[in-house]
Amino acid sequence: MSKTFQHLVSTAVPIAIENIDTDQIIPARFLKATTRDGFGENLFRDWRFDTNNEPKQDFILNNPIYKGEVLVAGKNFGCGSSREHAAWAIGDYGFKVVISSFFADIFKNNALNNFILPITVTDEFLDKIFRAIEADPATQLETDLEKQSLKIVATGEEISFDINPYKKACLINGYDDIDYLLSLRKEIESYEASREFNF
Amino acid sequence: MGKTLFDKIWDSHVVVSKPGFPDAVYINTHFIHEVTSPQAFDGLRKRGIPVFRTAKTRATADHNVPTIDQHLPIKEALSRKQVEMLTANTKEFGVELYGLGHPYQGIVHVIGPELGITLPGMTIVCGDSHTSTHGAFGAIAFGIGTSEVEQVLATQCILQYRPKRMKIEVNGQLKKGVVSKDIILYIISKISASGATGYFVEYAGEAIRSLSMEARMTICNMSIEMGARGGLIAPDQTTFDYIKGREFAPKGADWDKALAYWETLYTDADAEFDVVLTFDAADIEPMITYGTNPGMGIGVTQHIPALTEVDDKEKPSFKKSLEYMGLEPGSELLGKKVDYVFIGSCTNSRIEDLRMVADFVKGKKKAEDVVVWIVPGSKQVEAQAKEEGIDKIFEAAGFHLRQPGCSACLGMNEDKVPAGMYCISTSNRNFEGRQGPNARTFLASPLSAAAAAITGKVTDVRELV
Ligand code: SF4
Repeated sequence: MSKTFQHLVSTAVPIAIENIDTDQIIPARFLKATTRDGFGENLFRDWRFDTNNEPKQDFILNNPIYKGEVLVAGKNFGCGSSREHAAWAIGDYGFKVVISSFFADIFKNNALNNFILPITVTDEFLDKIFRAIEADPATQLETDLEKQSLKIVATGEEISFDINPYKKACLINGYDDIDYLLSLRKEIESYEASREFNF
Repeated sequence: MGKTLFDKIWDSHVVVSKPGFPDAVYINTHFIHEVTSPQAFDGLRKRGIPVFRTAKTRATADHNVPTIDQHLPIKEALSRKQVEMLTANTKEFGVELYGLGHPYQGIVHVIGPELGITLPGMTIVCGDSHTSTHGAFGAIAFGIGTSEVEQVLATQCILQYRPKRMKIEVNGQLKKGVVSKDIILYIISKISASGATGYFVEYAGEAIRSLSMEARMTICNMSIEMGARGGLIAPDQTTFDYIKGREFAPKGADWDKALAYWETLYTDADAEFDVVLTFDAADIEPMITYGTNPGMGIGVTQHIPALTEVDDKEKPSFKKSLEYMGLEPGSELLGKKVDYVFIGSCTNSRIEDLRMVADFVKGKKKAEDVVVWIVPGSKQVEAQAKEEGIDKIFEAAGFHLRQPGCSACLGMNEDKVPAGMYCISTSNRNFEGRQGPNARTFLASPLSAAAAAITGKVTDVRELV
């Protein structure tokens, strides 16, 4: 997984399903690893493979026409369990950007902490992306984090997205939260000294 | 202007607040378990740093543990490895562990409150989304990812943006046969699985106030199922009575001081919420879910929405969901045969839940072809149930009282619902495959689950109480 994100032009894989929960992204029985690697193999495991471990032909990740480093999904993506393994699986599979019209909070944090960019777009723009890819699976999407813009390259249709400035800087420069928190040691200790009880 | 309870607690935990940065928020209690912690400990090792405040972290093993024969080694190699790694990591870093065999072991969200670790006014996190459970005590409690577990281990702080505030008021009184699980399933069915995303919820109103602590925990537990960051309830006499005398609760003069502070923990009359929702308890009937997210719930006597009642845009997901469940749009669930009954999970595995079920099934027998698993939330709940003779009641009814753990709430340990089978479950998630590959879940209250155990089908419990 790369430790920065700035700019990406890529085709995308569309999964037009709403409320995709993290149990679908990575089922619980695959959470037993004790490292962060290798989860991509089991990304969307039960949608991708049948009970005999044969690829399900009707699932989009098994369709060679659709590929790319961008995942596009229906609203409320990443709801449910807080498992960061979902972000690890998405990153390990090779996705760098996830686009939806709505993300669950914990998933969004987890993605950002793993240098995967979650982009929230309007329902209309999400529809546009789905339709563009449906019409032409080779549709390229351009993500520019500095400008905070997402563009459908062929049509030039563009939308700007929100990201908080701190997280943006982290992604661009490859910092993480622990670096920042560790620098606050003095403040943390003086906070502790100011509290009589642990609540 | 006054402050909400949430803001009072948040403000008193902000260590550093800088424009453009998320707040650095101090965490009073950090619970960890075997699934979401190994990579965090690994991160500390890589950075060469210790756990900053070992006494503020408590560990238990719950997700991977078998719920029979816990005295034997865990059979499944990967599960065993994860549990062993927790033991090794907590030992290496000096964190207290209530592991398998320990009298305090249990589901992380059951043991915190019962040990008096969870207290009003605290900030509590855990690498587990149902950490929201602890909000029932008037604490800010929420689930975090593993990178954040590492942050908290390293610094006892977390970086967070202040969420928006939502108040959900449930007024009036519950009808017979309707319990707290029905309240929360009802709310989620009304506002959807994403209806509170971005918000921290405060539950209020007469129907909430009159609930026991166990019942309040059931409500707060499922806050995450409507997308909320967490949910909390202002502490009151019910809260204080529950805490007093528990193992790690303040004692003596400390208790008096703590109590004086806790009594200030309420939302001021003139405080403002971003959103206020109001419900009437009398409108709630026993609830059951028919789909594959917790927002897809109906009153047990209602029918599943017909296709014509579903928004065009939601149709593909709706159809996929019902296909998975093997159910027809527009049909009824009442009378539908069930194969498994699971009473357990951090939502409904506390002593009060088991008492409620025991009361109901006393003198009754389970339907022949139903498998019934009752899984206590902790060793202490298990011991208490045995002391009260509840285990005997279950035995006579043909229910199997197992040992504590997450069990069939998630298909991770040995307890899985077989493919294609229907399970009425008191847990919190009905996602595809949640209880095992291709298992089909109906979420309901412990009472409704117990009723189904007796009749072998989805039943309106009101006809039996
Ligand atoms: S009981 Fe279920 S929801 Fe609760 S902590 Fe365990 S796996 Fe998570």
